[in-house]
Amino acid sequence: MDIRFTDEELAFQAEVQQFFANVMDDDLKAKLHGVEASPDLKEGMIEYQRRLNAKGWMAPGWPAEYGGQNWSVTQHFIFNAERGKAGAPAPIPFGVTMVAPVIYTYGTDEQKARFLPRILNSDDWWCQGYSEPGAGSDLASLQCKAERDGDDYVINGSKIWTSFAQAADWIFCLVRTDNSGRKQDGISFLLIDMTTPGVTVSPIETIDGIYHLNEVHFDNARVPVENRIGEEGKGWTYAKSLLVHERLSIAEVADSKRNLEQLRELARAQVNGGQSLLQDPVFAKRLADVEIDLMALEFTELRVLASAAEGSMPGPESSLLKLQGTTIQQTIQELRMDVAGYYSQTLQGDLSAAQLGNDFADFAQKQYFRGRASSIYGGSDEVQKNVTAKHVLGL
Amino acid sequence: MNFNLSEEQTMIQDSVARFVQDNYAFDKRNATVALQHGFSADNWQQFAELGWLSIPFAEEHGGFGGGPVDTMVIMQEFGRGLVAEPFLPTVLLFGGLLQAGASEELKNDLIPQIVAGELQGAFAFAERQSRYAITDVRTRARQDGVSWVLNGEKTVVLNGGAAQKLVVLARSSGEQSDENGLSLFLVDAFAEGVTSNAYRMTDGREAANIVLENVTAEAIIGGPGEGYALMSPVLDQAVLAVAADALGAMESLNAQTLEYLKTRKQFGTHIGSFQALQHRMVDMFAACENTRSLLYRAVCALDADDEDAQRSLLALKVMVGRAGRKIGGEGIQMHGGMGMTEELSVGSYVKRLMIANTLFGDADYQQQRFSALVNADEKQPVAAAAA
Repeated sequence: MDIRFTDEELAFQAEVQQFFANVMDDDLKAKLHGVEASPDLKEGMIEYQRRLNAKGWMAPGWPAEYGGQNWSVTQHFIFNAERGKAGAPAPIPFGVTMVAPVIYTYGTDEQKARFLPRILNSDDWWCQGYSEPGAGSDLASLQCKAERDGDDYVINGSKIWTSFAQAADWIFCLVRTDNSGRKQDGISFLLIDMTTPGVTVSPIETIDGIYHLNEVHFDNARVPVENRIGEEGKGWTYAKSLLVHERLSIAEVADSKRNLEQLRELARAQVNGGQSLLQDPVFAKRLADVEIDLMALEFTELRVLASAAEGSMPGPESSLLKLQGTTIQQTIQELRMDVAGYYSQTLQGDLSAAQLGNDFADFAQKQYFRGRASSIYGGSDEVQKNVTAKHVLGL
Repeated sequence: MNFNLSEEQTMIQDSVARFVQDNYAFDKRNATVALQHGFSADNWQQFAELGWLSIPFAEEHGGFGGGPVDTMVIMQEFGRGLVAEPFLPTVLLFGGLLQAGASEELKNDLIPQIVAGELQGAFAFAERQSRYAITDVRTRARQDGVSWVLNGEKTVVLNGGAAQKLVVLARSSGEQSDENGLSLFLVDAFAEGVTSNAYRMTDGREAANIVLENVTAEAIIGGPGEGYALMSPVLDQAVLAVAADALGAMESLNAQTLEYLKTRKQFGTHIGSFQALQHRMVDMFAACENTRSLLYRAVCALDADDEDAQRSLLALKVMVGRAGRKIGGEGIQMHGGMGMTEELSVGSYVKRLMIANTLFGDADYQQQRFSALVNADEKQPVAAAAA
């Protein structure tokens, strides 16, 4: 049992620190500020991701032959920790983390050559077409239909809750190619060009006031069969295997650590009667509870990473990463709202922070409402618990 | 980076697990804690023969030279089986303090006796008024020629009934709550002026209140005023040990509760098929894994003498309290009426976990220390919460 870094790992840590210090210049920070609230998001993220790619660090976890880095588990941990400390975001996951592993694992050589380099260089912006108006937590009941017609599939149906579809060039979709058997069978995995005739995007207004969610409609949209990944009817299996890749980064520990440190300083700056909010025992208790949970989660993640490094199957604790990670994120968001006091409920509109009298409440409020989604998407908390009860506890 | 046990550590783990399996079925445990002082002298001799009593001591005193991971491995198995023998008070506290500060002569005399299973000891630190504040000490030590004379009362001294010798925390100078002026003394439990009132803890283990009236100490451990510095690292190890013990108890209780959910039938089906119970069982599983993660964190930090060690230990102790209370309360509830009975071991596990919460400061107390530590540094306020 040992968590000490070797000299090589310490040198790597210094290199990563230096890299992010250079990358996160003021111009880029301004573009990424508030991330999802900003219309500059795509431009800023592309610039940021290309700087990562120039260093070879856009997709360190991919197999080396496609542009990965062959890093040890410890190096991945160091990279993410330093990224979080520097306030640099993780790349937008839909391309690099979500669809790419399916393409390099199950795709043809042509598909790999066509899509992977463009994902690395952020030439294509991806979105995910899984959920449907009638298929949320019960995803396998999806009905968006793909009917074979010559060398094409003809797609009819809708996808919902599609983040950033308005900015996307491509969507990866689970579609139904067969309705006769078990609902998990007869699902196929398709890559669809968003400019295909018959594909339309309509925005969904959300309680956070940020435009990120959409409904994507398919009305006799023709998609070449060559855009199918793997075999027809095996899409469910492919999508499930993707969850393993997702799971290793889903806890967002490094980001929560940074958010928690910022929260602490925001609370320290709130002073009444000579006493800072940090000295309020009730607030301090709530802050300590979430910090302690985060310290535990950090090591749960390390345990999962360490067992993955030895080639073992992830232990039962891995099923907790998403559940606990999102709970912690939401608790931090909640506390940050509480720190803002009255301002947590004001709408800044066109006023400057100076005119309003507060420079973080707008962000805090948007993130709070935005963050409600994290316990719903990617398998709601309740579904996560069902899955853990069944597969880990054997209930 | 790895969380694996060494070959030696795995051997220790297997050996303790085997002992627990052979000697600590619930009815055997009940018979053991009913013995004088709440444990079995035969078991203790077996511990000595198996070499467990030597593990934390330096090799030059007949020890094994083990570290925090070794202690963790043993204590976790003890917790799984609710082992009642006084490994924590005699070996880790009493022995640990001797190792930390006693003269070479004393170490050479006493540590081999501990290792051989011939000497029971205890650490007397708490007092009636002190609650969890380790520095709140009224027991006074006054120098009389070359000797030290002690007056006061120590309370809830674990293993205080069986201990032949005590290390007593007393004040040689300073005010009631000062860190400075605390000193450690070796006291013979049968010396003139020592009165001991022993009683049982909720889980059957024994403790005592010990009154000291003009008791002449056998020796001072370390120098006058060095008590706080000497005992702090020993208490850190003791917190780890208690946490490992608690983790073992949580694992057992969770396994037992899960088994009950799978076998108990109501309304024509296993109660584990009910979603309300499934989700609560997942929460218990998560509480146990959180404790394990913080235990590994603290063990590794302490082993590496990392700057994060104090924060990790405090977090761990808070989690032990929180998770233990959750798993304990839910364990009883999910067993229904049977959880209320002495027929099952559920209640004994719950009591073990509640004792673990109180030992060396409960979750509320340690949370306040945690907050004081992490919120202390005056830093530049962050201008805006950027991404």
